[in-house]
This record gives sequence, C-alpha cells and structure tokens, in this order.
Amino acid sequence: MYKYDAIDRQLINERVEQFRDQVRRWQSGELTNDEFRPLRLQNGLYVQRHAPMFRIAVPYGMLNSAQLRKLAFVARTYDRDYGHFTTRHNLQLNWPKIEDVPDILAHLAEVEMHAIQTSGNCIRNVTTDQFAGVAADEVIDPRPLAEILRQWSTFHPEFAFLPRKFKIAISGTREDRAVTWFHDIGLHLQEQDGESGKTIGFRVIVGGGLGRTPIRGQIVREFLPWQHILTYSEAILRVYNRFGRRDNAYKARIKILVQALGVEEFARLVEEEWAHLKDGPATLTQAEYDRVAVNFAAPAYEKLGEVELPAEKAFAKWVDRNTHPHKVAGYAAVTLSLKPHGIAPGDITSDQMDAVADLADRYSFGELRISHEQNVILADVKQSDLYEVWQKAKAAGLAMPNIGLLTGIICCPGGDFCDLANAKSIPIATAIQARFDDLDYLFDIGEIDLNISGCMNACGHHHVGHIGVLGVDKNDSEFYQVTLGGRQGNDAKLGKVIGPSFAADEMPDVVDKIIKVYIENRHADERFLDTLDRIGIDPFKNRVYEGRAHGKAKAAQKEAA
Amino acid sequence: MMAQLIKNKTVAVDPWKTLELPEGETPETVALPDGDIIFPLAVWQARKAEIVSCHKRIGLLLQPEDRVEDIATDLDYFIVIAVNFPKFVDGRAYSTASLLRQRYHYQGELRAVGDVLHDQLFFMRRVGFDAYAFKDGKDIAYALEAGFTSFSDGYQTSTSQPQPYFRRRA
Repeated sequence: MYKYDAIDRQLINERVEQFRDQVRRWQSGELTNDEFRPLRLQNGLYVQRHAPMFRIAVPYGMLNSAQLRKLAFVARTYDRDYGHFTTRHNLQLNWPKIEDVPDILAHLAEVEMHAIQTSGNCIRNVTTDQFAGVAADEVIDPRPLAEILRQWSTFHPEFAFLPRKFKIAISGTREDRAVTWFHDIGLHLQEQDGESGKTIGFRVIVGGGLGRTPIRGQIVREFLPWQHILTYSEAILRVYNRFGRRDNAYKARIKILVQALGVEEFARLVEEEWAHLKDGPATLTQAEYDRVAVNFAAPAYEKLGEVELPAEKAFAKWVDRNTHPHKVAGYAAVTLSLKPHGIAPGDITSDQMDAVADLADRYSFGELRISHEQNVILADVKQSDLYEVWQKAKAAGLAMPNIGLLTGIICCPGGDFCDLANAKSIPIATAIQARFDDLDYLFDIGEIDLNISGCMNACGHHHVGHIGVLGVDKNDSEFYQVTLGGRQGNDAKLGKVIGPSFAADEMPDVVDKIIKVYIENRHADERFLDTLDRIGIDPFKNRVYEGRAHGKAKAAQKEAA
Repeated sequence: MMAQLIKNKTVAVDPWKTLELPEGETPETVALPDGDIIFPLAVWQARKAEIVSCHKRIGLLLQPEDRVEDIATDLDYFIVIAVNFPKFVDGRAYSTASLLRQRYHYQGELRAVGDVLHDQLFFMRRVGFDAYAFKDGKDIAYALEAGFTSFSDGYQTSTSQPQPYFRRRA
C-alpha cells in the first residue's frame, strides 16, 4: 500500500491547519456561510438533516489496519460509535460536530488519511476495483496509476472550482468492477501490441454518470499510452472547466457538455487542447511509476496448494458467496458483508472496525479494501485460514453469506440522514431483508443486484441494479419507483422503469412478485438477469401491477376512500 | 468595485480605472477616458485602433466566458489583464490565467478582480495571477500573512512551478 513521503505528509498536515483556520474564521464571522460552504465541502463536510455529515476518503478503497483502527477511534470519540461506507470509497460519519472536524482531520493525518475533495465541485476520490492486485482476471494493477491520479488531483490549482463534481474510476481487469461506464472519466487499463512489444495504456471514457440524468459514458480515445494520463486528463478538465454549464447545477456535469457537443466534437476539443500539453513536463516518467508501484508490490505469499475446505453447510455457503478467486494458488479474497439483515447497508460499528483490523493483521498482511458495494474485503487470505476467518467474522456479525444475493443491497443513507433525499431508503432495504430472511431461499434465488437510492442523485446506484429502487416525492409522501434490467460491468446499462411508483409498505410484496416471476420462468442455470433478458420486462410488470387500479380507476378509488 | 490591490506581497496603490459601460452606452459609442484604463473586451474589440492611438498604457478586462484565443495576438498591447471572478466559485478564470501564461506567454500584470477572497489566493498565484483586487471589508493583513502560503508546494505543473513534483522528488 502507498506510503506517504515527506511532501505527501506535509501537504495533508498543512491541509489540517488550513481548515482549522477556516473554521476559526467562519466562527468569528470573517467568513460568511456562503464563503465557508465550498471550503467545508472540499473537506467532506456537509450540513445535513440532524448534524453535519463528514466524509473521509479511502483512496481507491485501500486501507491498512492502523487506519481502520483510527477510523474506529474517530467514530467512537467524535461520533456515535459507527460509520457508513459509501459507494465511492468513503467512510461517512453522520453525527460529528463541525468544531471537532479539525481535530478529527489531525487524527486522520497521523495515519495518512484525509477528507480532501470528498465533496464539492472538484475532482473527487479516484475509485477502482476492490480486488485490484489480486484478481484472477487482472491485466494491470490499477493502483499505482490511481495513486498518481490522486496526487495530481489533490489541490489542483486550475480545477478546484469546476462547474460540478468530477469523478474518475479506473479498472485494470477484464470484467469491469469499478462502474467505469458511469463516471465523468472512466479508464480501462489495457495492453496493446506495438513495434517494441506490449504498450500499456488506457481506453478513455468520458461523460458517464448516474444521478438525475443517467448516461453511459462514451469512448473519447481508444488507446492512450499511460505516460500521457495526466496531460490528457488536464485537457479534458480544461475543456470542461471552460465550457461546462454553470447556469444550472442539474445540467453542469460533464456528461451534459458531451451530450450537447456530441462526443466527436468533444473529443476534437480535447485532442486540440492536448496537442499543446502532450509530451510536456506533466508526462509521466517510468521512474515515478516505479516509485509509486513499489508500494503495491505483492506481499510475501507462501507457496501453497489448493486446499480441501470443510464441508459444513453454513461455511460452504459463506465460501460460495463471500470469497473471490485469487491469482495466487492457495489464497482467496474474502468479502466481509456489511449487509446483515436489519442493519443499514454499509454501516459498521467501531468494534467491528477493530475486529476487521485484527483479522487483517492476523490473516491478510494488515491490509483491507472497501468495495463500491459497501463491503469490506480481506484480499489475501490463505484458503487454509478461511474457516477461522469465517468463525471470527461470524462472531463480529460480518459473515452474512449474501454477497451478490438479493439482500446484499447497495443503499444510500436516504431520508433518515440525507438532506437531499426525497424518501427513506434504509427502511426499504431492511423490510426487503426481513421478507427474504430464509437463507436457503436466498441461495435458490441466486445472483441478483438490488440497489436503492433515496433520490435521483443515485448514490445507491439504483440505475445499474438488476432491480433498482428510487425514492420519489409525490405530494409530500414517499413513493418508490422500480426499474428492471440495469447492470454494471462490461455490458453496463441502465434499468427500465416498470411503471407507476409504490408506497413504502408495498415494496416487499413488489420485490416478492418480481422474484416469483423469475422463479416460475427460469431455465436451469439461468440467473435473474438471464431470465429477464430472455422474457423481457412485461411478465414482471403484469404481475406487479395485476389487480392494481390505474389512472381513472385509482382516482375513483381515492375519491371513495 | 471596491477593492484594495495586493501586489508584490503588499498593499499597492492602484493607478488603473476600469471602464464600465454606463446605461444606454455601447462599446462603439462609449467615451474613452484618459489615463490608465482597463477596457472591457467588447470595447477593446470595437475600438482597438482608437485606443492604441491615444493610450500608451492599456489594460484589458476579461469575463470568465471570454475566450483567450480571441485576443492571443493582441497580448503585447496590454500592461494589465484583469480577469473577473463574478463569484469565487466560478473557476473559469483559473483556466483563462493558465492559458494566458502557459500557452500565450503573457508577461504583463495578471490581476484577479471581483470576488477575490483569502482562501483562493494560493490557487490564483499558482495559475499565474500576480495582482489581486482583494474584496473590500475582508482582513487584508491576514490574507497577506497567510493566504498565499496555505501549502508549501503542489504536485501539479502550474504557471508558478512548471515542473511537477514528481520531477523534483529527491
């Protein structure tokens, strides 16, 4: 994992003092609320429904055990003993005091953590795949370049006040697990055969995004040699900074600019800009790549064979769902589920953080990762240790075998916490979990992504859920719109809305009906998505809306009531 | 526009006046005052020959939406280019400044005007501003003391440091 050098450390320490000073000037009235707002946002501090919400960066999802223990300490000391992992490699605290945040930042800086640009109209945390460096299908480890991009984006003087937020994701694997098609910039690392052997570079995708106007990104450049990633990104950002809309926050993301210009014209502007920057001093050097990459060298794996695992049914279920193939024989990546039924998805208590830190130290070289599905990953566990890890994870409440299953829900904090939300999302998740509490049935249903967002900002990635649930506000009541067929990965696409929205208490039944249609229609070995793609959404729609009054009939019903 | 000018790390006397179009006037009709005047881009474009003939020292005011490319060949005329921040969260002027300095090698004074505040001075200096019309009513002494030195260095290439940090690492 990347170790800070003197300058990295100095800059985050200076950031702590800068923010301490800003808070002081705000408290004394020297900074108005409007002047302070973007400053606190760029330190991850929102003012929310109950209290400020504070978002701490976990750059490209990597943590070590000391950092996680520090997060546990911060949550225990300054908050209510828990934190919430988001879909973009951050930990959110829901109840800190603004005046404590400079001290929290100082604690975080001790372990090389920060909250820089976790919010605001600037370049956000660079995200990647939770299995980076260990995935069996990896072409190139994306983490060195993610770290290089982190440094480049930190306090970039030209791009601190963009039209809107800007998110970058990198994938280095054959199967995209970083939602790259739905980021402002999505990068696919790939190899290309050239005259002097293989060249490494990026496919550059621009203008994707979920949110209010979900759009799949478009390819701006099929292959960009890796040395040019900073100059090319500067060209993209400069075009966006100059020409992106600033008159309407809902139309200010780069995706709207790309749509308005058309991808060819946008690409032409970027290439024109890049022609001036190409081969300039920001061109990356092999020396810099190597300096960073050495931090991500493989740990001291032992030479192991594949291991015969105990046949115990509950353990086998967990292995089936919560472990992922590792590129080194005898190892596995373990996902600790933050989706136990009845708890807000992604929430983790301070004690659990300490327990995970202990597990990482004992079984996984002291490191762990956060996934955009809001779970924690121990990336380098010996297969022979899996049984012990499972038992300890179970004791800590982190062994729910529901990764990739219906109740492993991605869910934003929603109306319980978030000021932007139109509706609550957590109670919908827990109600669905309660309805599908039978593990055998969950396994029988099989792989399915259910994603819930409390508003169209789509923090719960509902557009790319196989079943997506979006909270909407209708005449001050909370309703839920359902989409089907969304997906992440290489064939990422947006789900289709099935029809009018539902009341909160209808949602478990709605999901139940959708699942029943699948079960009745599936062929052997068909996952939910396969059946859906084969039979289309009509059978699902018909079942869900069967016997439901629509339009005039519904109005008449209301009248009568 | 009430402001105090910061230049060369101190509060400076500002000899320049900015021409503002009075109600009903157009760039073509407005009277051109004497003295050190900062002209809006539209006036410069409409009256270039006239301005050049009667002013030795010429200033230009750019709005965030004005394109640097449009005046790229005029830069030698200007002693001062002022770039406006209508609101400090409007970051277009940072790109304007970067282009003026890095691409078109503008050497004159580059002045940030408008909503110019303490917490943006560090970024402004890095992209190439060297004069700052600091917003009135704010603590200018403290801005001079702390505003330009929030960070001791930066990772990126910029006008003030064309070499990225990775090329300067020991």
